[in-house]
Amino acid sequence: MSGADMVIWVNFSLLTMLCLSAVAILLVRHLFAVAALTGAFSLLAAGLFVALDAVDVAFTEAAVGAGISTVLMLGTLALTSRREKITPSFSPVALVVVLVTGAALIYATSDMPVFGDPNAPGHVHVVPDYIEGSEKDLVIPNIVTSVLASYRGYDTLGEVAVIFTAGIGVMFLLGLRREDEDDEGTVRKNRRPGGRPLDEEGDEA
Amino acid sequence: MLDAVLAHYNYWLIVVLMMIGLYVVISRGNLVKKIVGLNVFQTSVFLLYISLAKVTGGTAPILTGQPEVFSNPLPHVLILTAIVVGIATTALGLALVVRIRETYGTIEEDEILAAEEVTGTHEAEAAREAST
Amino acid sequence: MRHHLVLRVVSKILIPFILLFGLYVQFHGDFGPGGGFQAGVIFAAAFVLYALVYGVEHAREVLPPKALAILVPAGLLIYALTGFAGIFLGGKFLDYDVLAATPTGGQHLGVLVIEFGVGVTVAAVMVSVFYAYAGRTSDVDAEDW
Repeated sequence: MSGADMVIWVNFSLLTMLCLSAVAILLVRHLFAVAALTGAFSLLAAGLFVALDAVDVAFTEAAVGAGISTVLMLGTLALTSRREKITPSFSPVALVVVLVTGAALIYATSDMPVFGDPNAPGHVHVVPDYIEGSEKDLVIPNIVTSVLASYRGYDTLGEVAVIFTAGIGVMFLLGLRREDEDDEGTVRKNRRPGGRPLDEEGDEA
Repeated sequence: MLDAVLAHYNYWLIVVLMMIGLYVVISRGNLVKKIVGLNVFQTSVFLLYISLAKVTGGTAPILTGQPEVFSNPLPHVLILTAIVVGIATTALGLALVVRIRETYGTIEEDEILAAEEVTGTHEAEAAREAST
Repeated sequence: MRHHLVLRVVSKILIPFILLFGLYVQFHGDFGPGGGFQAGVIFAAAFVLYALVYGVEHAREVLPPKALAILVPAGLLIYALTGFAGIFLGGKFLDYDVLAATPTGGQHLGVLVIEFGVGVTVAAVMVSVFYAYAGRTSDVDAEDW
């Protein structure tokens, strides 16, 4: 099996596993299992990013999707509920909308460049200048970092501002201090979230 | 025929993934499930962009001193930004879900709408605060 | 978590290496895969692991919320001030060529400083979001959910 065939098989099998994980996320009702499946989904997507030569993106997706995102979801589930309500799960309107949108998108992909074509329009516009400038002017080996930090540095400034805004938004919604903590930082009552009060050694009473 | 399939199979499978994510968002009433479906949709859009960036026979866009063919680094930069912005919006969305749970006592969409119809938001919040 | 001895010992061994790896990814972002975003998330993951195994109270003593409240905007300010430094030294906004003696050195310095700013903000935001979720007392009884 040649190298090109192997790429096709790797892509195909990873995408199939991703679709199966997505269907499992759709069908499973226990929300803790859904959080774990989301982590597995992100990790498979990171593997697919590596197969598509996007190593920086795979790094970020693995750290963010399989790490922080799972922790946030589990934290939310601990504060809300762990089971989805059992309702009649088949919704014909949603299915029709999804099928029509999917058909339109697949029809649109017929106009897209062949997968892997080196002469696609997106590859020949400014990217050769960036690659050459990264080698000669900036002398930074990682081209993604040179584009992110230098050629498109203004966009990255906006992105850091977005992360900052999301952080203070969460702080406004949920608060940074504990709810039972007063201004000096001492805890008013010794209570573990969602459980019974603890005695002096930290065991449950 | 096989050439036509091989030219676009990546895109088709990614569109299928996108539609599964969209179906989860539209059809499920649980708010946390909706946010998870939105994440699936988002990740499949990222996969579409990175598939567009791939060049056959290319390698990761890191200079090694030897002349090589590189995959297009510009979509990588865009998607790096998008991933981190995605986690920021997910964190905000989940924080809103926690506050909704504290106000209405449930995170199912139909129960929240029913509670809104019967009493309205302010009365529901006052009733919960009075009962705790 | 006091009864989970293996977990406590292994995380005690691993957390310094996770932090060291985060620093490596941060400062080698221009030579290999890495950069500010990945390093910030890895840094935050080390603190989250510490909080999960040893308790959020201990984590709040190690990294107090007041320090986080200073670190979150500090990274963004470092980034923006680097841009203005380019103006003060004679170039345009976010022009790194004028920051050092040679344009190449200036670019290296500029990329290093702004990636540091990005890493600081991302790490501080992730840890403070975790504190916000962990500090919320739940009104769900243990049997109901």
